[in-house]
Parts: sequence; structure tokens; C-alpha cells
Amino acid sequence: MHAQAERRARREFVIHCALFFLISLPFIALLAGVSQGSLGANPVEKVTRETGQWTLRLLLATLAVTPLRRWLGAPWLIRYRRTLGLAAFFYGSLHLLTYVWLDQFFDWGSMGRDILKRRFITAGMLSFAAMVPLAATSTRGWIIRLGGKRWQRLHRLVYLAAAAGVVHFWWLVKSDIREPALYAAILAALLLARLMKWGQTPNSPFLAARAGPLSKSS
Amino acid sequence: MSRKETSGTARCGENIYKDDGEILRRFLHMRDRYSLPWSMVTPRSVYLNRRRLLASLLAVPGLAVAGQKLENVRKSGYGQGEKLTPYDAVTGYNNFYEFGTGKEDPARNAKNFRTRPWTLRVDGEVLKPRTFDIDEVLRLAPLEERIYRHRCVEGWSMVVPWIGFPLAELLKRVEPNSNAKFVAFESYYDPRQMPQAAWAGIPFPYVEGLRLDEAMHPLTLLVCGLYGEVLPNQNGAPLRLIVPWKYGFKGIKSIVRIRLVKSQPPTTWNLANSREYGFYSNVNPQVDHPRWSQARERRIGEFFKRDTLLFNGYGNEVARLYEGMDLRKYY
Repeated sequence: MHAQAERRARREFVIHCALFFLISLPFIALLAGVSQGSLGANPVEKVTRETGQWTLRLLLATLAVTPLRRWLGAPWLIRYRRTLGLAAFFYGSLHLLTYVWLDQFFDWGSMGRDILKRRFITAGMLSFAAMVPLAATSTRGWIIRLGGKRWQRLHRLVYLAAAAGVVHFWWLVKSDIREPALYAAILAALLLARLMKWGQTPNSPFLAARAGPLSKSS
Repeated sequence: MSRKETSGTARCGENIYKDDGEILRRFLHMRDRYSLPWSMVTPRSVYLNRRRLLASLLAVPGLAVAGQKLENVRKSGYGQGEKLTPYDAVTGYNNFYEFGTGKEDPARNAKNFRTRPWTLRVDGEVLKPRTFDIDEVLRLAPLEERIYRHRCVEGWSMVVPWIGFPLAELLKRVEPNSNAKFVAFESYYDPRQMPQAAWAGIPFPYVEGLRLDEAMHPLTLLVCGLYGEVLPNQNGAPLRLIVPWKYGFKGIKSIVRIRLVKSQPPTTWNLANSREYGFYSNVNPQVDHPRWSQARERRIGEFFKRDTLLFNGYGNEVARLYEGMDLRKYY
């Protein structure tokens, strides 16, 4: 039994390493591009775009874990969700840093006006703000400190982060909405998968609300 | 010939004969034409000369293919002291939505765009409406190089050595009448050569417009080249407009038609989103685009942003055109 657990732990470690490597690839590519000057005519725009897109992709990947566990019958996928979520936060932070530094050069007044006046920036900031408490309470210690239920409730903010992120992208483009529309469709599918699941399982929040407080403890 | 059908220069059903009877009459006359006296025969030497002349016209460097050097270009004093944006950036970072909405798309997708044969129709409120062949247009006036600042509405800018001549030179040739108050421009559009256009999210053909005094202003340029060579396809070959004190999208590309009109013509970005893009679109750091500030710009190739100048720094030349106008209202 002990040997089996050890093997499982080793496999988990290997998968984690591979995952970590994969999600750092876009970052490595950007670093290489900056050092070689191969990011095209407008490198700052390129970095902004890439980091923003990877934030969205990883947010959607994080949201895909729960439905995929069910469809693939692979409950162990949950072990990698935190890594995906933190990676989304990492790229989101880079994205914000690019804006604060390379776009605005720490002009806080101008950024404040941007956040109030420009709705696509408001949405982007909202998305990032929603990710901060999630990243901060991502450790096992925080799950214990908050308690599973409360922790889970807090982490529903990920829906806000993803939705505001997609809206941020949608409001940013000038006229060609194909890309943001694709992200929106994937997000909608992932949310729909959850609604369908809630409709089926006994500990659905809908059913719980209907059945009263007794059925809440499951 | 497919170009002509779609460009609006020779519309379907627009017969050069008045009626079918005339076609028949002309056909009957042709019998007489066969019996010409020898005095009418073109001497062989002249005939051969004409061939040589045609061949030499076709061989005028740069008048046919993108990338060819343009000869006899006069330098001008514009843009002294400005550092030129590298050629690769000028020709590799473009907004030309007919060929895709990504900045690198036009260079890739316009590679095989056919710019010959090409005609330019100039008509409307003019005394002498005309259809020019493109190579005729390029010989209307001496070509000159002008280094202009180019400011995109998206917040980036370049410095480009354009080659062309003032639009006024062309407009004078057709003699605008007293009704002409505005100038309407139309781009070439062919969904077969521009399949990416379907996804751009803006209507085509692309149309733009200027007030007549803006169009006649000596800074307003018809451009057929850059960096000493024929205009690359992705930059709007074979003929585009450059209005240096306005945002770049006013500089309509691959022009097939210019019409002088009585009232303000529709413009593409204004049709797509009138709240964000007005008719005038003068570069103005005080008037923000609703979604981003226009106070500063990133000069391509530079790390720090620089302040955007009113009328893109051409205020001395053009501010008088807008005297007494509320530039916030007429954005």
C-alpha cells in the first residue's frame, strides 16, 4: 500500500512539473522575444496582448477542471486546478504591470481617470481585483482557516474574474469581435455545464433553496 | 477585367454606344475602313517607334510593381530632424482591414494583390469628369518625397518618407464646379482578393471624405510610394491618401474613385461607430477617443510615450481651416 501511494505521489509530481513547464512557455517566449527584439514593431502592445490572452485562457482552463472531472471520470484533475488558477493570476499580474509601467509609466492620476472613464479598463481592473483574494487564499492553510464552505463561497469570485475578463476583451476590440466572441462562447459553455450539473445533483443550490435548510448539510 | 466590373469604373450595362442601331451602323461603316488608300498606312519606322515607345513606357522603373525604385523624386523640406521609422515597421505593422485586422495580416495577405490594370474615376461636381489610368495619374505632377508624422487613432505613430504629389494637382485637372464642397473617396473592394474582409466588422468598400479646402490643402498628399520605392500593397497600393494632421484612418488606401460632392459624404469608421469616430478626425490630444486617451502616443521604435500634438504638429499650416469651429463637437 505504501509503495502504491509513493508511486502516485511521484506521478503527481511529474505531471505538476510538466504542467508548470507548459504554462511558463508563453512567459519564456515573451522573455526571449524581448531579449531578441523579435516582438514586432510594437513590442509593448504585443506583451500586453499576449499576457492578457494567457490570463483569459488560463482562467477558462481553471473553470474547465470541474466539468472535465465529471465528463472524463477523472476526479484527480482537481489537484492541478490551483496551479492553473495561480498561473492565470501570474499572467494577469504581468498584464496589469505592463499597463501600469509600460503604458502609463506609473501616472496614477491618469490611471485613475482611465478606470473611471473607460469601461473596458474598469472591467479589466474588476477582473484582476476578483483574482487577488483567490490567489491570496489559495493555500491549504487558508482553506482550513476559512473552512471549506466559506472558502468555496469566496472562490466563486472566479466567475466574476472570468466574465469581467471576457467583457474587458470584448469592449477593447475595435470591430473584429471573433476572438472575444470565442472566449465568451467557451465561458458560456463552462457555465452551462455547471447549471446542468446543479439541476441533477442533490446538493444543488437550487434544490437546497427549494428544500429548505435541512438538506443543506450534505 | 474583373477589376473593372467591381470597381465601379465601368459598370455593367453601361454601353459606349447609344443604342443597338448605332452598333449596326458602325459595323456597316467598317466595310469602308478596309479600303484605305496607301497614304493612310502608317510607315513601318513610325509603327516600330510606337512599339518601342510603349515598351519604354512600360519599363519606366517603379510604375508597375511594388518594391521597385521610383526615379526622379524631388526631396522636400518636410520632416527635417525627424527620425524615420524603420522600413520593416512601416511595411509590417499596418491597419488595412480588407486584408485582415491583425497588424501583420496585410503584409501577409496583400502579397498577391493585383494593382494593374487599375483605373481611377474622378467625377461628381466637376466640369471635366475623367477616368484615369493609374500610370497616367502617376505622371500628372512631379513626384516628391515628404517626410510626415503619421498618428494612428489607436495611440501609436510613425515617421514615414512618403512619395507622391498634392491631391490638389489632380483635383485641378477635373475643374471642380461651384457646387463642390466636399470630396468623397472610395477604396477598391474585391471579396475574392480580400477574403479576410468578411470578418473585419466594418462595411466595405471603405469610404472616406474631406472638406474641399482640406482636400486642396498643400499638405494633403496622393501617395504612390514610400522609402524611395513603389508603395507596397499592404500600405495601400497603388494610390492612397495621406492627410498628416488627421488620424491615419482618414488616409484611405487603394483608391478607385474620387467624387466631388455638395454635402458631407459618409465615412467608414463613422458608419461603423459614430460615437467614436467623427468626420473630421483631426489629431487632438484634448479630445479623447471614448475608450482611450489621445493625450500621448507611442512612436513605433521608442520605449517612452511622447505627448501628442494638436493637428499632429501641423497647426501652423492647418489651424486656420478650423477657425471658430468647436473641435470637441466636430471630432
